[in-house]
Amino acid sequence: MRKSNLFLLYLLINITLLALLFAHSFLGENGGSHALEEKREMVRQYQLTDLCLFTEASYTRHLSVADRHTPFQDGPMTLEHFPSGSILAPPGKE
Amino acid sequence: MDTWIQRQKNIIDFTLSSLLRRKRKNAALVCVYTLVVFLLASVIFFTHAIKREASLLLEGAPEMIVQRMIAGRQDPIPIHYVEKIQGIRGVGSVRGRLWGYYYDPVVGANYTLVVPESKHPEEGSIRIGQGLARTRLLDVGDEMEFKAHDGVIFNLTVRDTFAEKSELISSDLVVISESDFRKLFGLAPGHVTDLTLAVGNPREQSTIAAKIAAVLPDTRIILKEELLRTYDAIFNWRGGLMLVILFGAMLAFIIFAWDKASGLSAEERRETGTLKALGWETSDVILLKFWEGMAISLSAFFTGVILGYVHVFFMSSVLFEPVLKGWSVLYPKFKLTPFIDPYQIVTLFFLTVVPYTVATIIPSWRAATIDPDSVMRG
Repeated sequence: MRKSNLFLLYLLINITLLALLFAHSFLGENGGSHALEEKREMVRQYQLTDLCLFTEASYTRHLSVADRHTPFQDGPMTLEHFPSGSILAPPGKE
Repeated sequence: MDTWIQRQKNIIDFTLSSLLRRKRKNAALVCVYTLVVFLLASVIFFTHAIKREASLLLEGAPEMIVQRMIAGRQDPIPIHYVEKIQGIRGVGSVRGRLWGYYYDPVVGANYTLVVPESKHPEEGSIRIGQGLARTRLLDVGDEMEFKAHDGVIFNLTVRDTFAEKSELISSDLVVISESDFRKLFGLAPGHVTDLTLAVGNPREQSTIAAKIAAVLPDTRIILKEELLRTYDAIFNWRGGLMLVILFGAMLAFIIFAWDKASGLSAEERRETGTLKALGWETSDVILLKFWEGMAISLSAFFTGVILGYVHVFFMSSVLFEPVLKGWSVLYPKFKLTPFIDPYQIVTLFFLTVVPYTVATIIPSWRAATIDPDSVMRG
């Protein structure tokens, strides 16, 4: 087989795979709606306000209800020292 | 048309043969390029998916939260504040919320203790998240030790655990009865942690918040839209994760561009000179360089994007885990709902393929206008 045909075939396979990813994402979104509804019901029942992403400090566990100055109140020499503090953008007022 | 296609295919044939002659260099280039695309794709997929998941899940969050602030710190709020808030026109239901943190010295982890609004667990029993069960090796029926505010140790029985698929919201949760919660933290009966409000008309939220602040000046009000905005802002491009990876990717492209713009290798110059001496037109050489760039960048782009998707949605972003975990003892294992849209793919394309193509334009023009005589004479 000519090299150009192989290359075009390779591109075609990649485009097909990309299309399959879109299909997977679409199916996952619809298939996951039941699980999502269950989780949303949990949020409603337990009146949760945040995702459980960073459990290392109270102000990173509940980002939306934490004070902006909390990191500095944990101790007199405490600048922001938790690694997640370097990942998160500071809360902004838009 | 057929002639045009044949011409392109002939040039692609030649391009691929030319690339294969320098296979080590080009393979290394494609590997690094793929890695850059993979990292960018993983970050874009992850941040979009988590922001979307947060916005969908937090639709069920309280519409308004009222916290009491004393000396700049949040303090338990007296339950009689409910009556004052209920007197404001437009306020639906007002409920007291009991929740707090418990530091477990055994493993050094923080848990979130919550008293549910309904379906309270029986006194002496708890329902825990999977992350906690994993960290403390607990199962249904096991007992967990808690040290109360007065130093008294008491045991609570694990009645149930949350499903694994809900770890993103429940990993560190301990659902506890009201009496156990008050016993543990010594919270007076007339106080709750904060208040949650339901508001009939969402457009009245800011007016109601202003009225509450006027009636109860020692309170801080958090609106649901602020909760949602928090998660929208967390993973924006200024956030550390995005910035570090964008910086790395930009640096990689500067190196690519420098490599390309600094000119052609002696071998490439000789090849181009020979082609021109054999009768290739300038446009043919430019076309050759175009296909060379496309073969490299498209291969890297597709492979990087596909690997990025697999990494985020099939392998739970395993490479990001150490970064996200930080110093957390208890980390949720979660799979995000797959979400990609054409906008993300176009963004990735413009961030990766376009800079590379632009960086190859000038060298390819220089290559195409090379004088065969001077090159072949050396």
